[in-house]
Amino acid sequence: MEAIAGLVGIDPFELWFFFEVLIGGLMSGVMYALVALGFVLIFKASSVFNFSQGVMVLFAALNFVGFIGLGVPAWASFILTMLVMVALAFTVERVVLRPLVNQPHISLFMATIGIAIFLEGFGELIWGSSIKPLDVGIPEGAVFMGDAMIQEADLFAAAVATVLVAVLALFFTYTRIGRALRAVADDHQAAMSVGIPLNTIWVIVWSVAGFVALVAGIMWGSKLGVQFSLAILALKALPVLILGGFTSIPGAIIGGLIIGAGEKLAEVYFGQMVGGAIEEWFAYIVAMAFLVFRPQGLFGEKIIERV
Amino acid sequence: MNDSAAQPAEAQDAQAAAPTVGKQNRIGEVILRAENITLRFGGVKALSDISFDIRRGEVRSIIGPNGAGKSSMLNVINGFYQPQEGGIWFMGKTYSPMRPHHAASNGIARTFQNIALFKGMSTLDNIMTGRILKQKASLIEQAFYFGRGRSEEIEHREYVERVIDFLEIQAVRKTPVGRLPYGLQKRVELGRALAAEPTLLLLDEPMAGMNLEEKEDMSRFIIDVNEHFGTTIALIEHDMGVVMDLSDRVVVLDYGSKLADGTPDEVRNNQAVIDAYLGVAHD
Amino acid sequence: MFYREAGQFKTTYAADQQLLPIPMDKWFVIAVALFALIVVPMIGSQYWLESILLPVLILSIAAIGLNILTGYCGQLSLGTGGFMAAGAYMSYKIATNMPDFLPVWAPILGGGLFAAAIGVVFGLPSLRIKGFYLAVATLAAQFFLSWLFQKVPWFVNNSISGVPSAPSETIFGVYVTGAQASPEAKYVFVLVFVIVLALLARNLVRSRIGRSWMAIRDMDIAAELIGIRPLQTKLSAFAISSFYCGVAGALWSFCYINTVEPTAFDIDRSFQVLFMVIVGGLGSILGSFFGAAFIFLLPIVLNNVPAWFGLTLATDVVSHLEFMVFGAAIIFFLIVEPHGLARLWQIAKEKLRLWPFPH
Repeated sequence: MEAIAGLVGIDPFELWFFFEVLIGGLMSGVMYALVALGFVLIFKASSVFNFSQGVMVLFAALNFVGFIGLGVPAWASFILTMLVMVALAFTVERVVLRPLVNQPHISLFMATIGIAIFLEGFGELIWGSSIKPLDVGIPEGAVFMGDAMIQEADLFAAAVATVLVAVLALFFTYTRIGRALRAVADDHQAAMSVGIPLNTIWVIVWSVAGFVALVAGIMWGSKLGVQFSLAILALKALPVLILGGFTSIPGAIIGGLIIGAGEKLAEVYFGQMVGGAIEEWFAYIVAMAFLVFRPQGLFGEKIIERV
Repeated sequence: MNDSAAQPAEAQDAQAAAPTVGKQNRIGEVILRAENITLRFGGVKALSDISFDIRRGEVRSIIGPNGAGKSSMLNVINGFYQPQEGGIWFMGKTYSPMRPHHAASNGIARTFQNIALFKGMSTLDNIMTGRILKQKASLIEQAFYFGRGRSEEIEHREYVERVIDFLEIQAVRKTPVGRLPYGLQKRVELGRALAAEPTLLLLDEPMAGMNLEEKEDMSRFIIDVNEHFGTTIALIEHDMGVVMDLSDRVVVLDYGSKLADGTPDEVRNNQAVIDAYLGVAHD
Repeated sequence: MFYREAGQFKTTYAADQQLLPIPMDKWFVIAVALFALIVVPMIGSQYWLESILLPVLILSIAAIGLNILTGYCGQLSLGTGGFMAAGAYMSYKIATNMPDFLPVWAPILGGGLFAAAIGVVFGLPSLRIKGFYLAVATLAAQFFLSWLFQKVPWFVNNSISGVPSAPSETIFGVYVTGAQASPEAKYVFVLVFVIVLALLARNLVRSRIGRSWMAIRDMDIAAELIGIRPLQTKLSAFAISSFYCGVAGALWSFCYINTVEPTAFDIDRSFQVLFMVIVGGLGSILGSFFGAAFIFLLPIVLNNVPAWFGLTLATDVVSHLEFMVFGAAIIFFLIVEPHGLARLWQIAKEKLRLWPFPH
């Protein structure tokens, strides 16, 4: 590192600092990506943009922490929460998706906003709205890479995310269910006509998204405590999706990394010039600029319109 | 306006075979020329070096097997697709490429293979959108509904009502078009194109999905539009009876190339066309 | 039986084109407007005027604005709050720096025009992006504008607190804005805006520009091919919609909350107005009013319902229940009546036509 610094002509400490900010940004990017994964799954399989994914993260975390609070051991809480998420998937499919099956996508999108609001109220009604700390044994120390400080928890999250992504990517590409999911995303009616059970597929997809939400919730919750702001973080996943493409799992990861890193770097290096708090909007403006030049994102599918 | 149904095929056949003096006078100078159009989508060549012309007042059919590039050709004339090579010459100017608003403002209107109506609006409103380029009222006049905002609405409403009368769709003028049966939707789409008072009307499979009566009605409308309004028509159609009876000249496309170009009789007897598309009658 | 359409024939197109071609409708609307203008301020209590009617009316203007953009032109927008903020802050700037002879509605319209310009800028991406993607671009507008008005002190004349009070303006010596104005005065002031703006909106949506908006919404490719210019049409929708939102924002600050603060125009506001438009009915001016009333009053009603049943619930429990009912109501409307309360109103009128006969 000192050698590179010497080459470029900057103070090595500055370079380490840059590195630290970069890594920190990448790590938070991984967290965003975990949330974005849930979006991609549901969108890939049903062309529904599930606005409530963020609240699902919160909801899953609330249940997990709640069960632990009742004295249930962590592994059992995980299973119980998964059951809750599957039940949620069933309910959503029955009450929301089925009646709206042939409506334009925009209606489904707005329905997921309704789900988000409902879940928020419901989750907090049952478990309360105070901040709950979460400790499942994720390492909490920090390691040093040269002069840059990196949180162990972030490294752990990165590892988990990698595994998750690999598993999901394999699932979608090579299994029968994965193929069926992709068929459903392309054309509901065509999928039905070849015998793919739409309703089962949706329950499966929303359950998997629930699983991803739970994992993300545990990661984020360990870091920040389980509280309402987790849901707002989810809004940040939107620029991630735009960058990566709505239908691409690797895109979600790469998009997350870029947004996470870009945000932190922009805040640190440019934020001071304009009064700070750039993180509020930086990701969105980047996403917007991206949309204008490459609407399908880095890895998404290009849509050709025919008359 | 013709009140009788379209004449049976044999009578019209006789009419086409011996063109009347009136018909020949109707056809005028060349108004559109497709010049060496080549259109590619990625590696696929939809159109290869296509050239043909259309004369004022005639009914020009474009025929050929599915995938031959007929709709693509119309889309190029319309400005929806921009060809990689070649251009469109229309009424004195060459456009390469043609853009949709050039086409529309120069008097080219069209209907679509899969109906492209505005499903959220009524029949009347849909046809009124055809008049949009002729409306010049400013924002303020529209907002306060005075001056040109008011007078234009009424004036264009009158014209649209005449189109509605012509197409005999008065009963459904206030119905949202999404609720209309297929045949009526096709008529409304024709109405929207007619409302623009086009010089050249492009019809993409206007008879698709219609039964015999509906086809006769649509044929009658097309003939009336051509004869009474003097509109030049370019027509894509698969029903050979319709094509041979209605057209003055025919262009045959196959795999993006031009196979033949001439009167219906010439094309009907062209060996290459028979091999590629028409086939022979079996006893 | 009470409501007749039979026998109402028109002999000129001009007559058929009227805003309210059925005389019964016309007189009803005029009666309601007069009632609202004259009778209500006299009999309404301060609470009703100031805390119920005033905010609902102002939010109706914003809902009309969003309806123009999303309901009529099909461009989904989550940036309503940001455009309202633009209107509020610029109106404040103009009001506190303008010469005295300018009438009180000038800064409000000025704020609206500024918001319209902002709307055009953030509408530019709509040329290339549609649907949810555009919604995300409007989110960019929302967050950026929120941040901007907090960080740039020029708008609030470099005030120390950053949250100044609304200016007190008068018409003919009567205070109509700011803390000194009476509820009646503010109510009538806002109502005039509402009536005028609603009429203008109604005229716009049924004229050439309204048809071009709807054409873009329904099938933008076909619209382009008949000569409608997509970018100009979308930008006009953004501009006019943002104008309405800007005026609503200015009135919100000047007449309702009596301060100019950013939290009134945050992402929650954007969602609130979006829900008003969904529940009220996309593509309906009347629906904007219904939706505004419903969404604004729902939390208030929910707050009072437990009391009617004799239950006392903790405030946070009530707020959680509100969320649940809210979310459920959105889903309910989308499933049962995607065209919203406006359509339900139409159905009710149709039933009324036949009453007491079943069909």
